[in-house]
Amino acid sequence: MNEDGLKDYISSLISKNIRIDGRSLLDYRKPIKIELNVSKNAEGSARVIMGETEVIAGVKMNIGEPFPDTPDEGVLMVGAELLPLSSPEFEPGPPNPQATELARVIDRGIRESGMIDVKKLCIKKGELVWMVFLDIYTINDDGNLIDASALASVVALRNTVLPKIEGDKVLFGEHTKEKLPLKKAPLTCTLVKIKDKIIVDPSLKEEKVMDARLSVAVSENNEINALQKGGDKGISIEDIEKMFDIATEKTKELRKHLH
Amino acid sequence: MYSKRFDNRKLDETREIEAKVGIIKRADGSAYFRIGDTKVIAAVYGPRELYPVFLQNPEKGLLRCVYDMTSFSVTDRKRPGPNRRSIEISLVTEKSLLPALDLSQFPNTVIDIFIEVIQADAGTRCAGICAAAMALADAGIPMKDLVAAISVGKVGDKIVLDLNKDEEDYEEGSTDMPVAIIGNTEEITLLQLDGDMNKEEILEALRLAKKGCSEIHKIQKKALKEKYMSVKENE
Amino acid sequence: MGDLLVKDKDIVVPGEELAIGMDYLPAGGVYRLNDKIYASQVGLVSISGRLIKLIPLSGRYIPKKGDLVIGKVVDTGFSGWRIDIDWAYEANLSMKDATSEFIERGSDLTQYYDYGDIISVQIIHVSGSKIIDLTMKGPGLRKLKGGKIIEVNPTKVPRIIGKQGSMIQMIKEKTNCKIIVGQNGKVWISGLDPESELKATQCIYKIEAESHLDGLTDRIKDFLEGKNV
Repeated sequence: MNEDGLKDYISSLISKNIRIDGRSLLDYRKPIKIELNVSKNAEGSARVIMGETEVIAGVKMNIGEPFPDTPDEGVLMVGAELLPLSSPEFEPGPPNPQATELARVIDRGIRESGMIDVKKLCIKKGELVWMVFLDIYTINDDGNLIDASALASVVALRNTVLPKIEGDKVLFGEHTKEKLPLKKAPLTCTLVKIKDKIIVDPSLKEEKVMDARLSVAVSENNEINALQKGGDKGISIEDIEKMFDIATEKTKELRKHLH
Repeated sequence: MYSKRFDNRKLDETREIEAKVGIIKRADGSAYFRIGDTKVIAAVYGPRELYPVFLQNPEKGLLRCVYDMTSFSVTDRKRPGPNRRSIEISLVTEKSLLPALDLSQFPNTVIDIFIEVIQADAGTRCAGICAAAMALADAGIPMKDLVAAISVGKVGDKIVLDLNKDEEDYEEGSTDMPVAIIGNTEEITLLQLDGDMNKEEILEALRLAKKGCSEIHKIQKKALKEKYMSVKENE
Repeated sequence: MGDLLVKDKDIVVPGEELAIGMDYLPAGGVYRLNDKIYASQVGLVSISGRLIKLIPLSGRYIPKKGDLVIGKVVDTGFSGWRIDIDWAYEANLSMKDATSEFIERGSDLTQYYDYGDIISVQIIHVSGSKIIDLTMKGPGLRKLKGGKIIEVNPTKVPRIIGKQGSMIQMIKEKTNCKIIVGQNGKVWISGLDPESELKATQCIYKIEAESHLDGLTDRIKDFLEGKNV
């Protein structure tokens, strides 16, 4: 179907408050499945399945020099790959703008919320700190990679244990029982506007016909730590306010999956 | 002297194997394969358009393979992106599968295979080939037979089947030989060696490889059929 | 002498032995090596007389002459259009095969079929290197307006259509929808309201999922009549 035909079809259903897969406008896909320890060689890892979207996230740690402007803080690096195996539209090669955006949006949510207690990751000020490498890989793209990746990342980090060190060397493959020091857990809710309706957790087809998208990262105290608008059309301040309210409520629901 | 295997297996015993087909919905074919602690997934897309045009072959389709490891699949983090090792493995993987395929029905197109290692404990390229073969069948690509692959080698003074990481790293010497065989034939489509073995040892190892591949082949067949059986059970 | 090693409707995988001896003849989806016949795909064994073939259970659409398919206009050229029929490359619809109207050379072809238009077409020629030519001159071939398109596994199309169209006819009647099933796995559904289109959609997906099981026709009939399946 041409994009206009699909868009008209999706909007006509949405105006009756149902979506093409039968969900209501503000429902996340079910079930949301979370699996821990996808890789035993990771310091922490998780798989998240939302409907048919599937992503995995893994954490590796190392020790190294801190950044010069934060000599007593651990380092966080977030990467994301849109694996070609997860969609006919992804090609092999270095991260394209979409993959880079995904990594940076997840990074912002985690960094700005202060999720990781980076001060506790300092081993020797100015010389040696813990470095946290979070890598996200898409396994099947059926829309809303951002929310699935954010959830997988938070679960992976919450299940990360520090590797053993001997002097200034990490003993890769050997883990302590000490968990990564964390303070908060930001979760992301992505909302999409199609014509004049707002829906959450867009599936692939809905993403293809969307007018605008807003991803909102919210932590436990209802503070918004990251925002990212996507899509080719603009949104009004009323829309944004509505979206904040929905995101706050939805992330509370998603948070239940963390336990 | 290598008297007992690190995980107490017999010399001709493989690690535990698990296989599942159809795990990536957007792919034309896909599979998951686990042998011991090595876990890989593979997806097939195709036949699909092939660019640049000079790569197109008007007589048959092209097979293209990419092997990749996640950064957290290994204990010492792997930097994302292809390296020399993964490029070589991608090539030998393609060569191990091509002899089993008939791509004459798909001129000017490409069949893409993507293999991703989720957790590595040696034998990843072999696991990748096993997963890729199932994914190709799942994608409906005509094949002579499924391709199975396993590593064999010499650890200390013993010829063994399916080396794990501890055996590959054995300080008293270890030789690793990945082998791929087409189904129930004797056709070997992958053969590499990294170490120090004489001719008799290699031939003995190849006999072990045949045994291992035959066991894997049964598991691959079962996994492909199970995809349709489970619908039957849900009835 | 010949030995049949499988039964009709068995699920087999590539490399599986189906028959020994020269009595049986290999057809689609199987191959002979020496005196044995093997499967070359994952599929259902289909035996008719001495002919053994496979009904594949998966695989992308491979264009064949005579197939009715549903395509989308993706480009126009000087003398025709380029149509996406879900093959690796676009198919050709030339001016002379598009309509019985006289189209003057150099006229704006988008007046007739525009980018994004969905059309039902028939394949009139497939070259050795799989270059495809289409026609819209034939019964029922036309531009499809409104409705929706769903995608199914092309190998399930025969089951969705049914013997002499019986299955699809039943769905059309019970849901009051217009339905055209393309051999390329694209299905156009147009009903009086989204609910009946949804019912037809679910029905077709159900056939797709259960195509290899017995008793499907009855189960679909029950589903359409609202009985719990």
